[in-house]
Amino acid sequence: MCGIVGLFLKDKSLEPKLGDMLTDMLITMTDRGPDSAGIAIYGSEAGGRTKLTVQSDAPEEAFDGLDGALAEALSTDVSIRVIDTHAVLDVPAGKGEEARAALAELRPGMRVMSAGDTIEIYKEVGLPEKVAERFNVRGMSGTHGIGHTRMATESAVTTEGAHPFSTGSDQCLVHNGSLSNHNSLRRKLQRDGVRIESQNDTEVGAAYLTWKMQHGATLGEALEGTLEDLDGFFNFVVGTKDGFGVVRDPIACKPAVMAETDQYVAFGSEYRALVNLPGIEDARVWEPEPATVYFWNH
Amino acid sequence: MQTYDLEANGLRGLNSTLQELNGSSNKTAWEIVNPKGSHAIAVGLNSPVDVTVKGSTGYYCAGMNQQATVRVEGSVGPGVAENMMSGTVIVEGDASQYAGATGHGGLLVIKGNASSRCGISMKGIDIVVHGNIGHMCAFMGQAGNLVVLGNAGDALGDSCYEARFFVRGSVKSLGADCIEKEMRPEHIEILKDLLARSGADAKPEEFKRYGSARKLYNFDVDNAQAY
Repeated sequence: MCGIVGLFLKDKSLEPKLGDMLTDMLITMTDRGPDSAGIAIYGSEAGGRTKLTVQSDAPEEAFDGLDGALAEALSTDVSIRVIDTHAVLDVPAGKGEEARAALAELRPGMRVMSAGDTIEIYKEVGLPEKVAERFNVRGMSGTHGIGHTRMATESAVTTEGAHPFSTGSDQCLVHNGSLSNHNSLRRKLQRDGVRIESQNDTEVGAAYLTWKMQHGATLGEALEGTLEDLDGFFNFVVGTKDGFGVVRDPIACKPAVMAETDQYVAFGSEYRALVNLPGIEDARVWEPEPATVYFWNH
Repeated sequence: MQTYDLEANGLRGLNSTLQELNGSSNKTAWEIVNPKGSHAIAVGLNSPVDVTVKGSTGYYCAGMNQQATVRVEGSVGPGVAENMMSGTVIVEGDASQYAGATGHGGLLVIKGNASSRCGISMKGIDIVVHGNIGHMCAFMGQAGNLVVLGNAGDALGDSCYEARFFVRGSVKSLGADCIEKEMRPEHIEILKDLLARSGADAKPEEFKRYGSARKLYNFDVDNAQAY
């Protein structure tokens, strides 16, 4: 069991409240996944800059002087914003890959959670309420966001096993279910040069979408592909820089509810997660069909 | 009319209050406000009370119902009226998966759509869905009637026993050992009664009947592919 929440805003006036709304939704899903929680937030774009969100189990050591060291390694300007065990590094656009390589040298134990123009990912082991509090998710604004509460089945309860997973620029995925062909697919994707860092089944799902999109598929086409190429149970909710998508496997035994109004599109593992959204009484509320791809773009 | 605020007073208080009504109380009409998608609302009732839920519910609403009438003025999560024995459950909106699963008796009416596995392993319950149903409905259905005014999804009645299925619209596919059957006068009578009791605007003659071909009751090696 796991809990998923997602919110894709159409009404710009709600953007300052995105983190607040997502936090309430996330906490409601605590009993579906009390062991870890995570959130991907698509915030504002700073022109010509790439954001890398990094995580360390020893943040004081890891983040001390990191901006200076990275600036020196890249011979450019770098800024850092530390939030608990995570930090957001801001580097010039186009320097993302170079920065990743430099970080692996400078701080070998540190993990890169996400990279992109607008995405930031925060995830940790612990109750969703505590995790959201540590990163002050309530205070975050943005255009769309996805949250996950985890009850682990396929791999260990660790930070890197928590969701969301990001395997491509501004992409993220969360999952409720379990994949059964992830080992063979991981090997195939790795041979094709896709970066996969954990033994987790969900990360393979995320990497699969990244790989499809690298080969020219749209988000919708990549999601269609999961129905053919992934074996197992899944509700996936995915984010891209300007898109939000949902797909369920053909058996569809994992619960899902969606709601849409003029102001937003929302996803919840259960209706409980949506009950406090503005205008929910008059929203179109439905259960997404099995083996059917839904996606929205800004 | 008694009103119970679920948000203010909690779920345990609601269910213990409703379960303690044994027919001797005159408090027979209840309204539950602020359900907010909560689970297990009005479960295990065993007296002829009338309960109205003012909004949508989560998992297992009206589960194990006996005698009571439970009406939901919204949609319901998975497992509504699961293992119902008797009484009536009416859902004004849609129902999520396995509505009426394993039900032994009573009437479940869903005025919207029901998703996958509606009536799975039904054992005598009557289910009337005004809209469509999803895939694998009435899987291993043993007894009772499933009436669908709209369309049925894939694998209707897979591996069924003696449950009857009446569908007005299309059936995407029939499950293993489920076949279309002749509509006889006694079936028209059953349908007429169920449609009237569930407030459905449809004529019995518009439906087709499906049920078991009775080929998978006992293991036969020639049918090994079908199991």
